[in-house]
Amino acid sequence: MATEITGMVQRRGAGLWLTHLAMIAGVLVIFFPIWLAFVASTVTQPEIVRPPMPLWPGDQLIENYTAALFSGVNVPVLTMLGNSLVMAVGIAVGKIVISLTSAFAIVYFRFPGRNLFFWLIFLTLMLPVEVRIVPTYEVIAGFGMLNSYSGLIFPLIASATATFLFRQFYLTVPDELAEAARVDGARPMRFFWDILLPMSRTNIAALFVILFIYGWNQFLWPLLITTDPSMNTIVMGIKQMFPSGDDLANWPVIMATSILAMIPPVVVVVSMQKLFIRGLVDSEK
Amino acid sequence: MEKRVTFRGWFLPLCLIAPQIVISAVFFFFPAGQAVWQSLFIPDPFGLSSQFVGLGNFKYLLGDPYYRASFVTTAIFSTLVTLASMIPALFLAVLADRLVKSAGVYRTLLIWPYAVAPAVAGVLWMFMFNTRVGVVAWYLGQLGYDWNHVLDGTEAMGLVVVASSWGRISYNFLFFFAALQAVPRSIIEAAAIDGARFWRRFFTIVLPLLSPTTFFLLVVNIVYAFFETFGVIHTITAGGPQQATTILVYKVFSDGFVGQDLGSSAAQSVILLGVVGLLTVLQFKYIEKRVHY
Repeated sequence: MATEITGMVQRRGAGLWLTHLAMIAGVLVIFFPIWLAFVASTVTQPEIVRPPMPLWPGDQLIENYTAALFSGVNVPVLTMLGNSLVMAVGIAVGKIVISLTSAFAIVYFRFPGRNLFFWLIFLTLMLPVEVRIVPTYEVIAGFGMLNSYSGLIFPLIASATATFLFRQFYLTVPDELAEAARVDGARPMRFFWDILLPMSRTNIAALFVILFIYGWNQFLWPLLITTDPSMNTIVMGIKQMFPSGDDLANWPVIMATSILAMIPPVVVVVSMQKLFIRGLVDSEK
Repeated sequence: MEKRVTFRGWFLPLCLIAPQIVISAVFFFFPAGQAVWQSLFIPDPFGLSSQFVGLGNFKYLLGDPYYRASFVTTAIFSTLVTLASMIPALFLAVLADRLVKSAGVYRTLLIWPYAVAPAVAGVLWMFMFNTRVGVVAWYLGQLGYDWNHVLDGTEAMGLVVVASSWGRISYNFLFFFAALQAVPRSIIEAAAIDGARFWRRFFTIVLPLLSPTTFFLLVVNIVYAFFETFGVIHTITAGGPQQATTILVYKVFSDGFVGQDLGSSAAQSVILLGVVGLLTVLQFKYIEKRVHY
């Protein structure tokens, strides 16, 4: 009986293969743009500009990637990769650190202004950087932080999502732990370091994955504040590689750069899939 | 919810919360305040002085046909992006849900595009449809269709919608897939015993049970289409042709940085703040009482 019902619910035989086929077709369609970019990064410029370009990789892989990494168009892609790495790690670490401590303060202390601060943090949920670009740009320019890592990182690390996540998590930590720590005469910071932080490990890792991708994929902000090519991040730098006007773009190098730009976040997502999904669900709810 | 057990003291917690408050104040509240303040003025062309105009900037904006057109463009764009990213995602999730054993493999393959930055996605799609070298544009030409998103506003819109939805399919897929896995098998099996076929089961049982996820994704995808697609639009069309793809966020940028019309750009920021506020309230309504049947 049981297998009969399962048979009704799950497909067997032809239906099963049809489902697989549809699924594979879906995956292929979704992958096509990436595949095409990869092919373009392995052929020569003339092969691309005389359409149709080939749909199978050529033999120029090493040449194109070497050209991109070490000379690029305006600046070596290696430099841009480094900038992106600093920015993404800076944003992820910065957000996590300030959120861990502020959530600790809000959950484990009663102090004057606590509610006010809580609401101030809450309000920042509502202000994506895209909405307040001009004034934020002026603030950064006023501090002389244009073309600097701190200018790239600071405006993006203050957001409430991480704080809320840690607050939710701290609230689920049994009260007995804090009680025991207090009875033992442990200072608050000792409790934070020895108990709370180790317990938050998984949350921290999950959040790191999400924030790393968020930081890596930033476009508008670095576009505005890095006028010096040597400070460009890779995601915004690709756009700068296109010549203005009617000149022909250096497609193989641009496509090699696009592939290089997606490798780090893709590796992070695929290799830490479980943490990634957990972080995604946690940070959105 | 509050903790019963707390630590004493006020100096330490203030120190702990200070970094976030200071950063928020300097990089959020001050600029947001500036946006509100600037929206009440018109600076002279040299930026030396500015004239108080009250709500003049807003009045001007609401009467400006370009701004109103941008509102319509944004509405069309975000509706299309939401649909184009949710429907294929739901379809793929339903398929994956039936392939119990190999679902994990497909999931790994499908989450890739999520990691690709919108701006990079823009470059990939622009390359495929490039009027000179694009493969897809070339094959369309062979079929007798003359693709040119540089001149044709509708084609430009179509292209930015597809490029923006592409990576989002992965995201929506993950949420739909998780929700489908949580649907109790017993209900489905009971319906199967009663003779309900697959699609009937899907529309009468599964889809209603997915409504919390669907509503959540609706809001999140609208927010995405509004604020996070800047990179796609900037790389593919730069708002053109004839502003056919200038969504509100893009207009804040092009008026503020390209056109140097700071008063108007600030007023647009303030209006967008209102939109974000509204969407956030909507999202929290959802969290409080989840949509359920």
